[in-house]
Amino acid sequence: MALMKVRFDMRKRVKLTQLVWFLYWVAVMAGILVFSMGLFFKVELRKRSELMDNNESHLLPNLLIGVGIIACGINAFGGKVCYDSLDSNKFLKWRPMLRTFLVSCVFFNALLIVTAVLCFVMRIPMEFTLAEGLKNGMKYYKDTDTPGRCYMKRTLDMMQMEFRCCGNNNFRDWFEIQWVSNRYLDFGAKEVKDRINSNVDGQYLMNAVPFSCCNPSSPRPCIQWQMVNNTAHYSYDHYTEELNVWKRGCSEALLSYYGGLMNTIGALLILVTALQVGVTVGLQYVRTSLMTLCNPDNPESVSEGWILEKTVKETFFDFLRMLKAKFKRNRVEEDDS
Amino acid sequence: MAFMPVKFDLPKRVKLAQGLWLLYWISMMVGILIFSLGIFFKIELRKRSEMMDNNESHFVPNLLILMGMVACGVNAFGGKVTHDSLDPTKFPKWKPMLKPYLTFCCGFNILLLITALLCFLMQFALYLTLADGLKNGIKFYKDTDTPGRCFMKRTLDMTQIEFRCCGNNNYRDWFEVQWISNRYLDMSNVEVRDRVMSNVEGKYLMDSVPFSCCNPGSPRPCIQHHLTNNSAHYDYDHRIEELNIWTRGCREALVAYYGGLMNSIGGLILLTIILESVDMAGLKYLTTSLESMSDPENPECESEGWLLEKGVKETMSDLFAKLKTMGKTNQVEEGAQAAT
Repeated sequence: MALMKVRFDMRKRVKLTQLVWFLYWVAVMAGILVFSMGLFFKVELRKRSELMDNNESHLLPNLLIGVGIIACGINAFGGKVCYDSLDSNKFLKWRPMLRTFLVSCVFFNALLIVTAVLCFVMRIPMEFTLAEGLKNGMKYYKDTDTPGRCYMKRTLDMMQMEFRCCGNNNFRDWFEIQWVSNRYLDFGAKEVKDRINSNVDGQYLMNAVPFSCCNPSSPRPCIQWQMVNNTAHYSYDHYTEELNVWKRGCSEALLSYYGGLMNTIGALLILVTALQVGVTVGLQYVRTSLMTLCNPDNPESVSEGWILEKTVKETFFDFLRMLKAKFKRNRVEEDDS
Repeated sequence: MAFMPVKFDLPKRVKLAQGLWLLYWISMMVGILIFSLGIFFKIELRKRSEMMDNNESHFVPNLLILMGMVACGVNAFGGKVTHDSLDPTKFPKWKPMLKPYLTFCCGFNILLLITALLCFLMQFALYLTLADGLKNGIKFYKDTDTPGRCFMKRTLDMTQIEFRCCGNNNYRDWFEVQWISNRYLDMSNVEVRDRVMSNVEGKYLMDSVPFSCCNPGSPRPCIQHHLTNNSAHYDYDHRIEELNIWTRGCREALVAYYGGLMNSIGGLILLTIILESVDMAGLKYLTTSLESMSDPENPECESEGWLLEKGVKETMSDLFAKLKTMGKTNQVEEGAQAAT
């Protein structure tokens, strides 16, 4: 009892083949889109890899790139087969490969689903990577003379301006580290010596933030220094001041950016999976309808098409039996030898 | 003696028609490109119109938008004519329109040339507009409570950050204006009063710049205040310090940006003129080769195509003669009217 049997006459077969061919070309475009999104994501991760300690996982973009390329190849081949299927001479050369091709399509669809799930799940490790990376980034902000870290200041400043954020969780993170390099501190000054001696680590800590935290929308010029001292500035109350510096933390800002990107790619992948399933089913119908022509010499004859030759349960058991038989054959060969 | 005659047989005519049809479609895409570049340029001008005193001239982008639309229409019509030209039943209905169409295309090419020239020349007008606008922008930086100017600070800060520039000509422009609003100055403070009294206009002037002038590439945290006072900062010499704040002026930066945009658009229009001329030549060859078929019933026959029916000089003198007779006809009519 075949699964979802449909009767086809000549016209219906031609229409089906044309539709499946068109869908295969749309699927090739979708494959190219997935490939380019993977490439874009990889570039975005690399651009800010300094802020993630250079150990962010490139698994997802690499997987997207691979899946995109395979999708292009599979769909181009499927489209070619569809195009040739209306000519019975050309179709004969493709017939033996089709069964294997369709089975590999099914596995590819499963891989697409796994990639889509990964897109949504990878947000969690990314959160930890960002938190760690930003903390270290801020620590190395002042090391503009250390090779390997000399661009950290610029990267962090550009990132705070671009994403409109300040510090890791909020601007107070800057109060806990020394972000002015020792080269620019006058150790002969009493004030500097007092500050350094006032904490265990001997760091020059201030209640100040870098200029990149400033919010251009503030009606008053940016207050960066002595931020928690209300008397240091005229008409200033740091409890109620909201527009002076960016209030959002950079780890939240970056996470929402990358998270949004991954969600979009995940949603796109789900659509591509649905399209792939559709074309696989369509190709199976084309193949079975051409196989079951009652009179092979007369193209006008009626035929039947189906998705599975037997029901789902029977097909599954057949598959298991085939695997067992293969396994037993291997065992018998071993016994013989 | 026709100008540049070429012999055509059927396959050559068919190839010409197909090539020309493809070329017309490419020209249409180029027309759409000019249209969208015009819209982009208009949006870019509007985005920063605050810094140009809101009186920048939108003539060039509007002209580009119009040219783009006309180009689309002209090329679509040409493509349709070319598509029908190989069918002897459809072609006769287009035949009478061809001469005015080609004349219109000539005029359109001249308009495109004028547009390209304008694109290159408008940069000078923009330079002057920006100089004025930025000066006023810096003056109004502090007026964040004045309706109509309350976003000037934000616009100017974002521009300085985006274009990596500071002030009008350079950062010293900020030393000459008061860029802190009086609301945030403690007028009872001695130091503040001294500064305000120290100049004729009673402005609070400092040798400081806003934070948006800071260069993130500087190895040391940004020095915004007391910029010309070397002793105010440890290990600082303002004469040799190059990376602290942006040294370029915003007028120069904006002119370079808009100038580059206008040069690219001007270059694209010159390419469009060449493309349109090739289209016109191709259409002329196609139509003349179809008209001069020795045996209209037999499509396989040979024919000749040309660009001009007579030589260039003869065509020009014919044109002048026609213009003169048009002028003379008017005079004769006036004379006849006066007589009656």
